[in-house]
Amino acid sequence: MSKVDIDFNCSIPNLHTIRIMQHNGVLIEQQIDQTLLKGSVIDLKTVGEKEIHIRIPNNVSLNLPLQMLNVLEQGQNLQTKAVIEIGHNSKVQLIHCDDSFGTQATSSLNRIDVYLSENASFDYYKMENINNESSLSTEVNFHLSQGANLTTYGFSLNGKKICNTLNIFLNEPYAQANLNGLYLMDKQQEIETIVNVNHKAEMCHSSQLFKGILDDTAHATFLGHVNVGYGAKGTEAMQINKNILLTDKAKVNTRPFLEIYNDDVKCSHGSTIGQLDDEALFYLRSRGISMLSAKMLLMYAFCQEVLTTSNIEPLKESLEQIIKMRLAGELSACENCAFQCSAAHKPI
Amino acid sequence: MALLEIKDLCASIKGKQILTGVNLKINKGEVHAIMGPNGNGKSTLASIIAGKDIFEVTKGEIIYQGQNLFDLSVEARAAEGIFLGFQYPVEIPGVSIKNFMMTAINEQRKYKGLDPINAIEFMKLMQQRQKVVEMTSDLANRSVNEGFSGGEKKKNEIFQMAMLNPTLSILDETDSGLDIDALRIVANGVNALRSKDNAIVVITHYQRLLDYIVPDVVHVLYEGKIVKSGTKELALELEEKGYEWIGKELKNT
Repeated sequence: MSKVDIDFNCSIPNLHTIRIMQHNGVLIEQQIDQTLLKGSVIDLKTVGEKEIHIRIPNNVSLNLPLQMLNVLEQGQNLQTKAVIEIGHNSKVQLIHCDDSFGTQATSSLNRIDVYLSENASFDYYKMENINNESSLSTEVNFHLSQGANLTTYGFSLNGKKICNTLNIFLNEPYAQANLNGLYLMDKQQEIETIVNVNHKAEMCHSSQLFKGILDDTAHATFLGHVNVGYGAKGTEAMQINKNILLTDKAKVNTRPFLEIYNDDVKCSHGSTIGQLDDEALFYLRSRGISMLSAKMLLMYAFCQEVLTTSNIEPLKESLEQIIKMRLAGELSACENCAFQCSAAHKPI
Repeated sequence: MALLEIKDLCASIKGKQILTGVNLKINKGEVHAIMGPNGNGKSTLASIIAGKDIFEVTKGEIIYQGQNLFDLSVEARAAEGIFLGFQYPVEIPGVSIKNFMMTAINEQRKYKGLDPINAIEFMKLMQQRQKVVEMTSDLANRSVNEGFSGGEKKKNEIFQMAMLNPTLSILDETDSGLDIDALRIVANGVNALRSKDNAIVVITHYQRLLDYIVPDVVHVLYEGKIVKSGTKELALELEEKGYEWIGKELKNT
């Protein structure tokens, strides 16, 4: 039982969303924004306490993003499940947040299955800022029909161990998936990102842009797998994983893996692991910029690429600030939660 | 008091001796040219003044505004008014020129105990200073030197010089890779910034730049030390006789 009231109001300025709140993985009925849902066409059902089904009918373009926020206060093996079905020609954005409240160790497992019908469009933002005792594992499976369009953005800011698995199935022609991710890890944090893109049909396009900055003795693993099937001619599949290590002891394992079974394809992959450019640092300092500020400028420039395609303006602006704060070491989870989503509002 | 005084400076890199006893004195209001063959220490000297730490100073001192220069960090030297125009300016994708210059100006102001620059004042300053090097108005949001031609990079160096208003500017081969038009623009920019309160050191191989940026003194840096100094006529003599002449002259003395 928390001794403090948790304020579930999302405090990213100007960001209005349809909020679906969970506390330790349990859906909080009264926190689901029924007023916004009333009269709208979204079909939202809960199945038990931990599973939510969302169905958006055909030809619907949601004017507000959905937001699923799980405030993790205590508990081990907390599990949540969501199934999202998006009708033909419909457009949905989802912001999915996992945030710690307090310093207790928690472990959670999320599973989301998303089905995009023909020409449907889905933007998925995953934000992770949990305390350094907690672990989080998320598996998201995306099934794309003809002409469907998927864009994902992952921001992993804090956590003892984070594991994200993205499985994308481009099942019908002309489907597109653009996957972006940024992980900023320090101390002894660990993150594993596993991406499996399956080109099962022809003329599909996928891209992966995952970037990370690791400090102290943090450890990141990136496993990027692209499978281009026999019938998948005209496939375009790009993959980039770039990492910056700020210390000798930080570590990255990066493994691109392409399995290509058709000749008529354009595929590329690239992985880099490096440090901040010394020449650039000297150039900035030679104009009077301190070493710390110079590093911040370069690190922020590195991160920014992941944000450029985002089109939720209030979120993008907040993310820019959040990234700057995270880089300055000003953001550990718990009371200083990044999004202030679960800021204590009054003690009992 | 001289603005800059270099006494018997010796420096090496990875055990290889580059500077073998440089002596130089620069006062405010002066323009000095340093010429000399490749590999003889010109860029090394410029880098050491700016604070690049890959060189080992084995002997000698540099006194800037009465202070031991080696006591100052790279950023402190800039805040105290030193500016290096790089020979090969680096590209910094993702850092906008606006953000770069604003951060530089504000950090220099902070060093001097001043308040940060007002945003509107800053934009006006940028627009005004761009004119000094005839650069187009969409400069602010471009990434530093990214996709810039050689000429644009050099103009960007002079633009930064115009923004930061340094007391001692060292321009390392600012003319290399420039066509006649770009050379004229860069030289005009530098000339517009000359004043009795600052000094400029122009490092170059070729006499041509010195037709535009007319120096008060010309020095020849040969095998790590300044072996000859003279008026601008010395530059013409070098052009005519080549650097080998210097070598021969030294052997005969």
